[in-house]
Amino acid sequence: MSNAIIYAILSTIKIGIVIGVLLLVIAYLIWVERKVMAHMQVRMGPMRVGWHGLLQPIADGLKLITKEDIIPANASKILFIASPAIAMVPALLSIAVIPFGDTISIMGVSIDMVITDVNIGVLFILAVSSVGVYGILLGGWSSNNKYSLLGGLRSSAQMISYELSMGLSLIGVIMMTESLSLVDTVNAQADLWFVVLQPVAFVVYAISAIAETNRCPFDLPEAETELVSGFHTEYSSMKFALFFMAEYANIITVSAVGVTFFFGGWRGPFLPPVVWFLIKMAMCIFFFVWLRSTFPRFRIDQLMQFAWKILLPVAIANVLITGLVMSFL
Amino acid sequence: MIKPLIQGLMLTLKHFLSPSKVVTMQYPDEKWTPYPRFRGLHELQRDEDGKEKCVACGLCSTVCPSECINLVGSEDNNGNRYAETYEIDMFRCIFCGYCEEVCPEEAIFLRQDYELATENVNDRIYNKEKLLVPLKKKAKKRAKKKSK
Repeated sequence: MSNAIIYAILSTIKIGIVIGVLLLVIAYLIWVERKVMAHMQVRMGPMRVGWHGLLQPIADGLKLITKEDIIPANASKILFIASPAIAMVPALLSIAVIPFGDTISIMGVSIDMVITDVNIGVLFILAVSSVGVYGILLGGWSSNNKYSLLGGLRSSAQMISYELSMGLSLIGVIMMTESLSLVDTVNAQADLWFVVLQPVAFVVYAISAIAETNRCPFDLPEAETELVSGFHTEYSSMKFALFFMAEYANIITVSAVGVTFFFGGWRGPFLPPVVWFLIKMAMCIFFFVWLRSTFPRFRIDQLMQFAWKILLPVAIANVLITGLVMSFL
Repeated sequence: MIKPLIQGLMLTLKHFLSPSKVVTMQYPDEKWTPYPRFRGLHELQRDEDGKEKCVACGLCSTVCPSECINLVGSEDNNGNRYAETYEIDMFRCIFCGYCEEVCPEEAIFLRQDYELATENVNDRIYNKEKLLVPLKKKAKKRAKKKSK
């Protein structure tokens, strides 16, 4: 009985800390992205609010809260209100199974540095991240706007295509660890990171992760030049902010999954595990921003061709070769 | 196919790693100094005695393509012509510099001031007091002596 209570309290505390840190990181991720991208484009970025614009996220948040909350007259009201939440929640949910540190013990109670170690962690992440498509698709559909609908359609087409290769790229790693739990995945990388053993899988995962999060160069759902701003054209105020935050939460999630699967999770010398995890994640996020400020957008037919004719065969071949090597070695 | 992608990534990284080399200007903090021939706010000139050079011939308002100069001439007691009112509508002015070019008395010049934004619509009219170059102290003294 008392064990159950302690478990419940510990879990609540862990959830609180992780969500709090996550939301703070999301807010400052926007600042980091603006800053990094500005310097890559030989600009300065936000400079006026606070030292080098450090208080810019707070100013942005305050501004968005005070904005008028518009619901279009012919919009499907319930779905219009629900879809930002549908987009945001899965992005936050999938962080629940990602281990961000070794087991530590405080006052005789051993605490796993993971909110919950599900034995089907990979499946959970893939399933939950697919739900995020609904937020975007329903948001685009319920706005009763052609551009929004096109943006939503594009995003669902794109996310379904790339989810396949993303799942297949992770299967190579799962075959080597012989477990779906993310804690086991990290433990299996004690000696060697999977990015060395599974380089093809890593490349496929990196590409499809960027496409999954609708980021440049795969940001077709919100292609400004063609679709105004895609699925969130009609959204304003905090509803828009939720979509915006969902995008960044997704970046954090796919970075965390990538770190866990290919870069040894929290493992690293000298520094504490959590710090290693954050450093690796920061590198992944930097890579995302770097790509965004460098490459132009794909065309929609190129995107689909790339997904089905190149990425998917490569991912399947990788699974096949991994299987062959593992059964004969 | 991969090579140009990596080249692009290296270029952006190079710019990122040299953060001091930015091409933009932090405008209200650091201001741009215009080139010598920049055409900004007009300035009506005075001669050595501090008298207005303008004789209200009206050439500037005639040549002005946007018809923004409005002046009314008059004569003082000595029979010298001067501009009684001289107004420039800054909303209409296109800063072409024709008035400066056409002026036979070299009485009007376009100077360096470019911060002409205003919150009040009526501030768009620049009258003679705003446009005239301020009197220098020496010129003031000289003018006083002459009037005595």
